[in-house]
Amino acid sequence: MMLKLANLTHTSYIIDNVVVVDPVRNTSYPGHVAIVEGRIDAVERGRAKEASLPIYDGGGLHLAPGFIDIHVHLREPGHEYKETVASGTLAAVAGGFTAVACMPNTNPAIDDPSVVEFILKQAKIAGRARVYPIAAATKGRKGEILSEYHELVAAGAVAVTDDGSPVASAEMARRVMEYAAPLGIPFIEHCEDMAASGEGVMHEGFYSTKLGLKGIPAHSEEVCLARDLLILKSVRGARFHAAHMSTCGSVALIRRAKEDGLPVTAETAPHYLCLEDKDLVTYDTNKKINPPLRGEEDREAMIEALKDGTIDCVASDHAPHAAHEKQVEFNAAPNGSVGLETMFPLLVKHLVKPGHMTLPQALALITNKPAQCLGIPGGTLARGVPADLVLFDPNEEWTVRADALHSKSRNSAFIGHAVTGRVKHTLVDGVSVLPAKVGV
Amino acid sequence: MNTRKHLLGLEGMSAEEITRLLDTAESFKEVSERPVKKVPALRGMTIANLFFEPSTRTRISFELAEKRLSADSVNFTVGGSSVSKGETLRDTAENIQAMKVDMIVIRHSAAGAPHFLAGLLEASVVNAGDGAHEHPTQGLLDMFTLRERWGNFDERKVVIVGDVAHSRVARSNIHGLVAMGVEVVVCGPPTLIPMNIERLGVGVESDLRKALDGADAVNVLRIQKERQAAGLFPSIDEYARVWGVSADALKHAKPDCVVMHPGPMNRGIEIAQDVADGERSVILDQVTNGVAVRMAVLYLCSGGAAIESEEEQTTTEAKTTKGKQVA
Repeated sequence: MMLKLANLTHTSYIIDNVVVVDPVRNTSYPGHVAIVEGRIDAVERGRAKEASLPIYDGGGLHLAPGFIDIHVHLREPGHEYKETVASGTLAAVAGGFTAVACMPNTNPAIDDPSVVEFILKQAKIAGRARVYPIAAATKGRKGEILSEYHELVAAGAVAVTDDGSPVASAEMARRVMEYAAPLGIPFIEHCEDMAASGEGVMHEGFYSTKLGLKGIPAHSEEVCLARDLLILKSVRGARFHAAHMSTCGSVALIRRAKEDGLPVTAETAPHYLCLEDKDLVTYDTNKKINPPLRGEEDREAMIEALKDGTIDCVASDHAPHAAHEKQVEFNAAPNGSVGLETMFPLLVKHLVKPGHMTLPQALALITNKPAQCLGIPGGTLARGVPADLVLFDPNEEWTVRADALHSKSRNSAFIGHAVTGRVKHTLVDGVSVLPAKVGV
Repeated sequence: MNTRKHLLGLEGMSAEEITRLLDTAESFKEVSERPVKKVPALRGMTIANLFFEPSTRTRISFELAEKRLSADSVNFTVGGSSVSKGETLRDTAENIQAMKVDMIVIRHSAAGAPHFLAGLLEASVVNAGDGAHEHPTQGLLDMFTLRERWGNFDERKVVIVGDVAHSRVARSNIHGLVAMGVEVVVCGPPTLIPMNIERLGVGVESDLRKALDGADAVNVLRIQKERQAAGLFPSIDEYARVWGVSADALKHAKPDCVVMHPGPMNRGIEIAQDVADGERSVILDQVTNGVAVRMAVLYLCSGGAAIESEEEQTTTEAKTTKGKQVA
């Protein structure tokens, strides 16, 4: 008689009757997982035989390493009405994420060790997903003075960025890369030439012309990326990660940089894989995102870049905004969409179902690969690692509804979107962190 | 049958519907020529004119159209966006709806603001210009004016000159004229021609004289001096020399080429003085026709049946007679 996972109480146990999805080995098979003291002890094929540990029934669900999202805006401190560490990590575990890296465009910015410590404390109190703070590359994200990277890293920061804004000057971008290099942390760039973006609110192209909205040209992203890649060439030991890539031109730049052997990694976001500028014809402010939803050829290039590894991983750019902020004229609305709870089923729907890649390959984009980009642990089923696991049904079809989201804000670009794949259980350190009401 | 509740733009409007609108406007134009310029078509209806952007001509034109249809109308005018004023557009609109308004005419600097209201409110929404998106009643009145001259739109070429990138007038004209089978060419400094506009079915030519070759009409857009400040063209002088519509430039067009301008004009800049006042200019006809076109739009969006045949016109006559009695 097997125990029900919904009633999980042990810290040493076996989850039997699952399909193990191993993104590192790019394979999946029926099997079972033994967990001892909150760590993975064994992952084996077939059904569990020995009964020295209590056995829980996985119910035929798929089991994979907990998902990792390296680009999340938790909004705390400073914008708690949009999201908090508690609400954001609840949304994370509801979406199958056991670890998130949070961006420093808070108030105050994450440019001081005390802010890093505060966020880690809030995460501990919340007790859901692991949180890896990303520090501001410059004080106050103003692009003028370097933040104290040594102290920030000692407090727990895993990378530096001024995300939300680019590091505007080439000189400062160089200093950021140089200063971060010996610490082994990547500089994550929000690639945007602010003058090129101007007052733009959507991708510049036929649809911006048609809708009468100011355009953000593709080269706004590309010139900043190209500049940083040129700087990267001359900074020894630097690591560079390009955030939320959205254009086919950027893909070409990264592809060449990788061919040249530069230490560059890159992420894109689910909305650049499933939505386009033409989806803005209703002026839906939930689809107002920066970088903006691009054209069809950009979307297709992004999928190709994930297939050939040019783009390393997918991150949600989870960007909560309150309803009253989004229910305004398109020009006046802030940029961003929540994404933690829709990322996994969107990847199944738009990458796995059409046959672009296998399920283990798609999961690698949100497990071991993003972990490697940031140099954080997780994303594997290796023996001895913390049992951060997700169990899901890869075939369940559902429709995204605003009122079913756990994030404090419901500004999803995907409301009404039909998706495939549903998270059923999320475990951190072998303990269930997903409240029962999830999965409405 | 007309089932249109809102008029948000001319994009996607069929030739048939445009024709119906213009036909209806023709009946209403006659009303404005009577001593008692009033029909009871919208009696009992309340219309709010929400102008979030300064406009004299369009607002007065809508107001007159409403009054001549016997609607009760109120005006709400604010400078700048609702956001800067402290109240959101949503709150403003919901408050006005709470006072039981049947129709809302909105002018707003943000593209899509009318769509936002249409999704939010029960009332009919008529777009009186939204950002650089559309100005459908202007597009219709321009087409009405052209049809009045030409009789139909067969084998015609219209050139739109100026700041196409920032022009809602250009977009509405393009959608409407292309639907009617007119050849449309846009012309202006490349910095003011928006990306991929040819995909709307128009030609693009930066040389004004080439663009005007064989043109039956030229629609001259107002040039905003702030575009020069934004670095989109070097000087007003150069603009006037290269893209200003002069008698000399018009020699390249057909001899009876009609000259239009949505107003207000910068005389001597985008349009030469003698062209603006010349015999080919229909600029004041556009203004006259604007009232009739807006009457037709308000009438049809309120659920009124299109006026097409003689018989139905008689019905209007009957209503008019009644209107006279009321007046």
